[in-house]
Amino acid sequence: MKFNIWFLLKILAYIAIIMFFLFPIAWIFNMSFMTNDEILRKVPVLFYEPTFKNYIGLWEGEIAIEGFATMYVFFKQNLINSAILSVGSVSVTLLLGVPAAYAFARYKFKGGEDIAFTLLSFRFAPALLIILPLNLYFSKIGLYDSYFALIWVYQLITLPLLLWIVRGYFEDISPDIEYAYRLDGHSWFQSFWRISIPLAKPGIAAASLLCFIYAWNNFVFALILGSSQIQPVTVGALAFITASAIPYGLIACGIVVSVLPTLILALFIQKYLVQGLSLGAIKG
Amino acid sequence: MKINRKLFPYVLTLPALLVCVGILIPFFTAVYYSLQRYNLKMPHMKGFIWFDNYVNIFTDPSFWNTIKVSLTYTFFTIIIELLLGLGIALLLAKRNWLNNILGVLLVLPLMIAPALASLIWRLLINPNFGIVNYLLSFIGLDDFTWASHPDTVLFTLIMVDVWVFTPFIMILLLAGLRSLPRQPFEAAELDGVPEYYKFFRITLPMLFPFILTASLFRLLESIQQFDIIYALSQGGPGESSMVFQVSAYLQTFQYTNIGKAAAMMVVLWAICYFLCHVFVKQWHKLKIKTKGELLQ
Repeated sequence: MKFNIWFLLKILAYIAIIMFFLFPIAWIFNMSFMTNDEILRKVPVLFYEPTFKNYIGLWEGEIAIEGFATMYVFFKQNLINSAILSVGSVSVTLLLGVPAAYAFARYKFKGGEDIAFTLLSFRFAPALLIILPLNLYFSKIGLYDSYFALIWVYQLITLPLLLWIVRGYFEDISPDIEYAYRLDGHSWFQSFWRISIPLAKPGIAAASLLCFIYAWNNFVFALILGSSQIQPVTVGALAFITASAIPYGLIACGIVVSVLPTLILALFIQKYLVQGLSLGAIKG
Repeated sequence: MKINRKLFPYVLTLPALLVCVGILIPFFTAVYYSLQRYNLKMPHMKGFIWFDNYVNIFTDPSFWNTIKVSLTYTFFTIIIELLLGLGIALLLAKRNWLNNILGVLLVLPLMIAPALASLIWRLLINPNFGIVNYLLSFIGLDDFTWASHPDTVLFTLIMVDVWVFTPFIMILLLAGLRSLPRQPFEAAELDGVPEYYKFFRITLPMLFPFILTASLFRLLESIQQFDIIYALSQGGPGESSMVFQVSAYLQTFQYTNIGKAAAMMVVLWAICYFLCHVFVKQWHKLKIKTKGELLQ
């Protein structure tokens, strides 16, 4: 009898976990295929004819609302902005971070550990402390509201992340392989490019995807440092929900489109997630 | 061209460092601002007032409210996330098809931007059509006020935070559980040690470094949480969910009081710096422990 009770409790726990963590995502997906009428019913409808009107409206930027005139939404640009900012940040991070990660892994140099920790500490500094003065600065030197400035600030998140993850991967490569290759008369750069990077490639790939997710999910930087012209989906979706008269299905659809890229990427880096999230402290 | 061997590592790290130093300057500016009377609406009043901003905020009951709300938020999110994350990790520890699939799927909330997670929940708890309200009505909970009432807003925010970040704790602890050595458990099994004893005397102590790392990570993020709260309640209703960063944000953009906002952020930074210090030490220890090698 005791076994049965435990078994039952376990099943209940599974159901509760699935309901709490996964149902909200599923329901938002569901909502994004509904018309406003269907959403606003007091008793939720489970069976309805799914409509793609929300998705089409979101992409084309205009949607007809009964009783109102045509409404214009500005979400496509947010999506493009998110893509530009995330890809831009990850590219810059790779360019700056991989050599630095290599240096921290391979050389014991004076102040090296201090520099590494200083870079890490940026990830844990209050964002607003840095952005508020930066906001005034950028206005002064004309960088306010530019992709360049935002990508620069995004480095505060992505650079330490990549640095600390990739460092661990470089540490796992035996230096002997590089020495052997260099003894054959190849330069440092050749051995770095042809030996070290290919060997650390899975780690670098996983780290850059994780950086992409973090950059895509960032909210506060663009909220303060950019106008609506260059703001990503995270800020755009909030403007969406606070604006009146936008159909709820369209909002749900906007949210779905905004979270889908990161959800899909997350499935790809499953294997590396633990190591990435703990900045290399825990091996998955 | 031959670069000095000693200088070489610096050359490799310099670009990364320069990019971040560009960001360091604003940090010092912020500290400088915090010592000034600086309101964008009254530029002529700008001047050096030493620690008046700090005296101001610490004698202001609304700042104490901010501290209280921030700490309450941090405390409850971390406790709940730890317990829930540990529970789920224990439940999923055994490898079978269901646990493997759930282990993958449960990470999804963590991959959603916190600001967007708030928006998702805003749609789910909407008083007009929110599905959660509908489901709650079955257990007799009609008209739960969620974010629209000072008494329930913190609960709502903590719930969203728990939804997003429990998977973080869960995934780290799950990795920890699965990496534990088997021998102590087998020995306990042979000796017929009761389950709860095994859990408290073997599992928990061995898992402790993982728990510590996960909770310190969360601690630093939770006390600075901005996205979830700004996207859901903006510190309201009234000041019932006013946390550090939201408060500083409103100080800057609503009241244009840069000096006061900067002082608040410096206080938060000091708290984070202290936590970070503890954190880095522990984290490094764990890194050495799990890697089984001594890093400098």
